[in-house]
Amino acid sequence: MSTVEVPITTRKDWTSDQEVRWCPGCGDYSILAAMQALMPDLGINRESTVFVSGIGCAARFPYYMNTYGVHTIHGRAPAIATGLAMSRPDLNVFVITGDGDSLSIGGNHLIHALRRNVNITILLFNNQIYGLTKGQFSPTSEQGKVTKSSPLGSLDKPFDPVSLAIGAEASFVARTHDMDRAHMQETFRRAHEHKGSSLVEVYQNCNVFNDGTFEGITSKENRGSMLINLRHGAPVIFGAEQEFGVFRNADGSVFTDRISDTNRSTIITHDENVEDPASAFAIARLTHSNQEPTPMGVFRDVNRTEFGAATTAQIASAQALKGTGDLASLLRSNGSWTI
Amino acid sequence: MTKSTQTTLKSVVLRFAGDSGDGMQLTGERFTSVSAVFGNDLSTFPDFPAEIRAPAGTLNGVSSFQVQISDHDITTAGDTPDVLIAMNPAGLRANMSILENGATIIVNVDAFDERSLTKAGYSENPLSDGSLGKYTVYEVPMTTITTEVCKEAGVKPRDAERSKNFFALGLVSWLYSRPTESTVAWIESRFAKVELVKQANLRAYRAGYDFGETAELFDARYEIAKADFAPGEYTNVTGNTALAWGLIAAGQLSELPLFLGSYPITPASDILHELSKRKEFGVRTFQAEDEIAGVASALGASYGGALGITTTSGPGLDLKSEAMGLAVSLELPLIVVDVQRAGPSTGIPTKVEQTDLLTAMYGRHGESPIPVIAAITPSDCFNVAIEAARIAVTYRTPVIVLSDAYLANGTEPWAIPDVADLPKFSPNFATGPNHEKADGTPEFWPYLRDPETNARPWAPPGMAGLEHRVGGLEKGDGHGNVAYDGLNHERMTNLRAQKVAGIAASIPALEVDDPTGDGEVLVLGWGGTYGSIAAGVIRARARGRKVAHAQLRHLNPMPSNIADVLKKYPNVLVPELNLGQLSKMIRAEFLVDAKSLSKVQGMPFRASEIEAGIDAILGGAL
Repeated sequence: MSTVEVPITTRKDWTSDQEVRWCPGCGDYSILAAMQALMPDLGINRESTVFVSGIGCAARFPYYMNTYGVHTIHGRAPAIATGLAMSRPDLNVFVITGDGDSLSIGGNHLIHALRRNVNITILLFNNQIYGLTKGQFSPTSEQGKVTKSSPLGSLDKPFDPVSLAIGAEASFVARTHDMDRAHMQETFRRAHEHKGSSLVEVYQNCNVFNDGTFEGITSKENRGSMLINLRHGAPVIFGAEQEFGVFRNADGSVFTDRISDTNRSTIITHDENVEDPASAFAIARLTHSNQEPTPMGVFRDVNRTEFGAATTAQIASAQALKGTGDLASLLRSNGSWTI
Repeated sequence: MTKSTQTTLKSVVLRFAGDSGDGMQLTGERFTSVSAVFGNDLSTFPDFPAEIRAPAGTLNGVSSFQVQISDHDITTAGDTPDVLIAMNPAGLRANMSILENGATIIVNVDAFDERSLTKAGYSENPLSDGSLGKYTVYEVPMTTITTEVCKEAGVKPRDAERSKNFFALGLVSWLYSRPTESTVAWIESRFAKVELVKQANLRAYRAGYDFGETAELFDARYEIAKADFAPGEYTNVTGNTALAWGLIAAGQLSELPLFLGSYPITPASDILHELSKRKEFGVRTFQAEDEIAGVASALGASYGGALGITTTSGPGLDLKSEAMGLAVSLELPLIVVDVQRAGPSTGIPTKVEQTDLLTAMYGRHGESPIPVIAAITPSDCFNVAIEAARIAVTYRTPVIVLSDAYLANGTEPWAIPDVADLPKFSPNFATGPNHEKADGTPEFWPYLRDPETNARPWAPPGMAGLEHRVGGLEKGDGHGNVAYDGLNHERMTNLRAQKVAGIAASIPALEVDDPTGDGEVLVLGWGGTYGSIAAGVIRARARGRKVAHAQLRHLNPMPSNIADVLKKYPNVLVPELNLGQLSKMIRAEFLVDAKSLSKVQGMPFRASEIEAGIDAILGGAL
C-alpha cells in the first residue's frame, strides 16, 4: 500500500461533470452511486485511480468517475488493463465490463487475466442481455430466451460468471447485486483490497430489455429466502427463518436442505481461503437459474503471487545479476571486429 | 601432400543445403561469422521450411543457407550459388533449378543411398546417371569420415553422424582459406557442457579441413580478399536482432520504459525472444494470450506512460487492426512491428513477401491514418525502430514498422553506431492544466493540440489535477469529451489526418542514387528489396543504362520531395514482392505512370530480375 497521504474527499470529488446517459431506471445508476460513495473510504487518490472499460452499457462507467479513465474496445479491457497494471504497479486499476463484453467477445482475455493474477479489480455487470445493441440474448441469458435474435428461444447454455472465474482459478471471486448498496460497497472494497485479479459479478437489472430478471432472488420480499449470504468462517445457512443449510455430498458437490437436528452438525462452514478451487466451485454450482436460492458474497479469496510484481522482480534480479543494461555493450554482444 | 593452386576470387556465393535437422543454418552462420571477422563484405539468406522437422530426406524438409562473401561492397546474398554443399539427395534436388552451368557441387556421397534417393524423388542416382555433367561435382564421404574420426573419442556412430555438418564446414573453410581459430574456440564454448558432442564437432571440423588439404580432390583453393570497409567497429546482425536493439535504444533515448506485448508468430518471434532476455534494460515483455491482447496490453502500457510495442506478422496484423484504430483515436504512442511473410492466411510462414503495405496503410475501418515506415536492410531495422519511436512519441500516434522474413533472418556487417550520436527525443508529458474554465479556474483539456506538431498532451495517470477520460468514441475538439456532432467529427477526422501528414516535415528527403543525373528510368523500391534493386541497377549501369534508384523507408507520410523526384524521370519502375501495392499508391497519389515489377515466389528479387525489368521498361515492354 502506498504511504502517500490521501486527502479527505467526498462522493462529489469522485463524480465527473459528464451527464450520465443510461436509461432512466437502469441498475447501473445504483452501482455507480455505490462506487462513487465508496471511493472516499478506500484511502486512495483520484489521480492514482483508473477505470478501464470495453464496450456496452456498463462500459460508459469511466466517463462518470472523476478519475483517470479509458473507454476502449469490445472485450479487450482486461488486456489493456493488464498492460497498464503491469507497467504501473502504483495505480488502482478497475475494469468495468458487462456479460457480453467479458464473456463473449472478451472471454479469452478475462480468463487469462484471472489465471495470471494481474492486479486489477474487475466488476462484471451481469444483466443477462445485450442492452446497447437493443436486446439480443447474451452468454448469460437463460436457455430458451426469446429475443429479437432468438425468436424461437435461444439454444445456448449460459455461462455462470462465478463458476467460470473459479474455473480459471481466480484468486478473488465474489457476487453482489444492484439492489443492496451496502453489500455492493463491502464487496467492492474487499475486491479492491485484494492483491491480484479480483472478479465481482454484479447482478444488474436492465429495465428496458430484461426487466425483473433477478426479481425472484434480489427483490426486498424474496431476498430473505432466496439469497445465500456467504460469510467466511460461518455455517452456510439461509431462508427467512434461517431454516435451510448447505451440505456436502460424498462426491464433493453441495446441496441445500432444510436444517434438522440430525443434519445440523454437517452444515458446511464457508472458507474463502481454501487453495483448491473445487470447494468454491461447488458452492457456485448451487444455482442454475434466477429462481433458485443463490449464493452472494465472497466465494474465494486466496493469496497468490501478483503477476505485475513478479515481472518487476524478474527485472530487478536481472539488473542485480548483470547490472543496469548498457547499450554500447549490447550492440557488441554478438562479437565485433575493428577495421 | 599436393599443393593446390591458390586462386583469388572477387566474391563467391555458397549455399549449404540439407535436412532441417542437419544443422545447415548453424553451419552457414558459422561460415558467415568467420568471414565477417576476416573482413569480407557479406550478405546472407537463410531459407528454411515452416515445419520444425519435416519428414527427413524429403524435398519439403530441405533447409538451406546462402551466403555471398566478397572483397567489395555487396548488397545481396547472390542470385545463384557458385557452390552448392548438399548433405543429401533432397538438398541437391531442391536447389537444382537455381544452379547455373559450371557451378560446383559438393555432396555428402554417403547420403546417396537408394532409400534417400527415393525419398528425394530420384529414380536414378544423379551422381552416376550423367545428369550433373554441366557441373563440377565432388563426392565426399562426409558421414563415413566423421564417424571414423569420432570413434576414437568414444562417440557412438549414431551420435557422430550428427556432426557431419561440421565436417562440411571444415571442408569449405579449407576451400575458401578461412581462419580456423575462431571456429574452434566457438565450438569449444558452445558445446562446453557436453564433452562428447564438443569432441565430435571439433574432430569433424578438423577432419573436414584436413580432407581438403590431403585428399587431392580439389585442384584449386580460393581466397577472397578483405573488403574495403570504412574504418570502425563492426558486428554481424540479423534484422530481428537489430530491431530489438533499436527498440531498447529508443527506450533509452526517450527515457521511457519499454513494454512489449506479443504473441509468438513466425518470423517475428525472435524479436520477442531477444527483448525477453534483456530484462536488465528494464524491458517488460508480456507473452499475451493472443495477438489482440498483445497490442491491447501495449496500448494499455502506453496509456500508463510506457513505450508500448507489439510485434507480429501478417495474420497478427489483421487481428490487431481494431486496437490500432483505438490507438489512432486515443492518440497515444504505439509501435506495431509487422515482419511480413507470404500470405494470404497462413500462406508460407517462413518466406518473404511485401504484401502487407496496403493493409498497413489502409487496413482499418474509418479514416484511420497511421504512419508507416519500412527497414531497407537487416541493420537498418535498428534505425527504423528508433525512428518509429520518435514519431510515435512526438506525434502521439501508433506507427507501423514493416520488416520482412528476408530482413528478419538475413545478416550483414554493421558499423556499430556511437551511442552518443543517436537522436534523443522526449515524451514531454503534460505537467499541469492547459486551459481555463469560463470562471477562470484552470482545467486540463486532453485534446488541446501542440500548434507545431498537432500532437495532443500525453498525461499518464498519477498527476493530480489532470484526471481525464478518453476513449474510442469521437471526442470534442480540445476538451476531449464525448461528442456526436457531425461538424466536430469532420474537424477531428481532418486534424488526425493533418497530424500524420505533418510528420513529413520531420523526415529526411528521399535520396536518389543517380550517378549521371539524367537517368532514363527511376527504380523506386521500398523496404527490404533495397539490396536486390541496388545490385540489379549496378548490373544495368555496367551495360550503359542510365538508371536512378531510390528506396523509400517512409511510406506514410512519404518524404516531401517525392513528387519532384517522380516527375524528374520519364520512366518509373516499382519492383515489389507483391502484385503492385506501392505502384498503386504512387499512381493514385501522384498521377505518375509507374510500372510495377512484381514477384511473389517467397524469394527476394534476383539482381538479374531487376536488370531484366529495367531493360523491359526502357524497351517499351512494360
